[in-house]
Amino acid sequence: MIKVKNLYKSYRNQGKTQQVLNDINFEVPAGQVFGIIGKSGAGKSTLIKCLNLLERPDSGEIIIDGIDLTKITSNELRVQRQQIGVIFQHFNLLNSKTIFDNVALPLILHGNHDKAQIKAAVQEMLQLVGLEDFANKYPASLSGGQKQRVGIARALITKPKLLLSDEATSALDPQTTASILDLLLEINRKLGITIALITHELEVVRKICDKVAVIDGGRIIELGNAVDVLLHPREALTRKLIVEEETDKYLENVQQFYQFEKNANRHLLLLSFVGETTYQPLLSIVAKEANVEFSILRGELGRIKDTPFGQLLVEFEGGEDGLSLAKSVMTRLGVHYETIY
Amino acid sequence: MAIAIINDLLTNVDWSEISDASLDTLFMLGFSVFFSTIIGIPIGLVLFLTSRGRLLQNGPIYNVLSFIINVLRSIPFIILLIVMIPVTTMLLGTSLGAKGTIPPLVVGAFPFFARLVENALKEIDNGIFHMAESCGATTWQIIWHILLPEILPSVIASITVTAIALVSYTAMAGAVGGGGLGDLAIRYGYQRFQTDVMLITVVLMVVLVQVIQMFGDLLVRWLRKK
Ligand SMILES: Nc1ncnc2c1ncn2[C@@H]1O[C@H](COP(=O)(O)OP(=O)(O)O)[C@@H](O)[C@H]1O
Ligand SMILES: [Mg+2]
Repeated sequence: MIKVKNLYKSYRNQGKTQQVLNDINFEVPAGQVFGIIGKSGAGKSTLIKCLNLLERPDSGEIIIDGIDLTKITSNELRVQRQQIGVIFQHFNLLNSKTIFDNVALPLILHGNHDKAQIKAAVQEMLQLVGLEDFANKYPASLSGGQKQRVGIARALITKPKLLLSDEATSALDPQTTASILDLLLEINRKLGITIALITHELEVVRKICDKVAVIDGGRIIELGNAVDVLLHPREALTRKLIVEEETDKYLENVQQFYQFEKNANRHLLLLSFVGETTYQPLLSIVAKEANVEFSILRGELGRIKDTPFGQLLVEFEGGEDGLSLAKSVMTRLGVHYETIY
Repeated sequence: MAIAIINDLLTNVDWSEISDASLDTLFMLGFSVFFSTIIGIPIGLVLFLTSRGRLLQNGPIYNVLSFIINVLRSIPFIILLIVMIPVTTMLLGTSLGAKGTIPPLVVGAFPFFARLVENALKEIDNGIFHMAESCGATTWQIIWHILLPEILPSVIASITVTAIALVSYTAMAGAVGGGGLGDLAIRYGYQRFQTDVMLITVVLMVVLVQVIQMFGDLLVRWLRKK
């Protein structure tokens, strides 16, 4: 659905050229939710604006549903944009219009003036986002979460194939964020719409993304399935983005509490496992087969989108041989491990 | 009884003349507000759209237009009244009477109004433009379906401000042959020392300003409340 090839983009600021996007490449198959995560200033918003050519890249291809947007006329581009819905961090609703008219706006802009048709479409969308009773209200009287629902209804009313989201939940509290993410996921499943979203919140990626790209300094530094990237980040920076607030902080604490010395008998491992493996009595199998002792220092069970996963910080005691045996058992069981000490 | 006392106090007041003058003032005000709005909105839009970073960014057009607006705004109205005489004569065949004051009034007011419109447009959040462009809207559609509805409350507030400025302009215009309440105040009140006439005209103009402000505020409040 989306194919981005060798995308470069720079801005000129007071005579200086700033390279904002550097050789960006990725593909998103139809029906997937693709997350782009990165720190503020990494170039996320610029990238998402390039996807509907709100910003024109310096070079590169942006192929949406088989059409390279960089190679078509501005009139054709207008038509293509109707196939791409966008939701925004600050909703961008018109205060002068009712919720009904806000949602109807894209249809009007596309030259549809069939009142009955518009009414039916708007009602269908408001129902989808759970705001049937708000048609005649004005945005000023809505909460942030409700405003974003209106934004989503407006983005979907033209039945787009692709939905772009620029930090759609960043202005919302955690609870509202969760409900908006549920709605996006429902839309993705019900309507089969491909979603590309940018965020700096890990929770967003975790909850709804199939695939994720980590962007830093205008480059994609890591790209892959959400499960892989989140559980086994390869790059130090990804680790920082993803693991920092959780395991890394914990590791620091552990270090302080236990005063780990290099001890051939004690080893600290971070284990992760996904899917069916999650429900097996892994550690007792390992302990039995390798004849090692273990204690769990920290553990987490959760889901990344639909995939259950577990991540455990485990201390093994049993010498080098026991440890290497334990490692081979874990490999056989499909447990990913990272040796920390 | 009460009316008799008031009439004793206002010996010089010719009520039919007052009502004629009031109608003249309303006529001048109505037409000048109307034309200032009709001219000021498009010019405000052009100023906004051609400014830096906007949809129709165009340095030369913006700079020339902005310069003309600034020049017009810097001419004192009393001078404008005189400078405009040949133009008015060319347009209307005469520069006299209430009709003849309309062109200078409009030229005196629309540049101010256009700036107010430009400022109202600047207040619109940039995200709205991203949204509109993402929907594939043309510039015309953005103007018609988004910009104009969004600035409506501000435009009403600006019309109120402009109309009130125009009330005092009409008085000045009246003094140089345009008729209306200002004319009356000068001819009777100033030149013939008929203070009562002056007083009545001032009271009427104060009432006029109050009424305009009240209506404007009500309308704006109603529009913003939505
Ligand atoms: N319109 C613009 N003109 C000039 N520089 C810009 C513009 N938009 C973004 N930038 C710069 O590009 C960089 C990336 O910005 P952005 O894509 O908004 O990052 P993010 O969304 O990841 O926070 C920033 O350094 C920002 O200052
Ligand atoms: Mg951003």
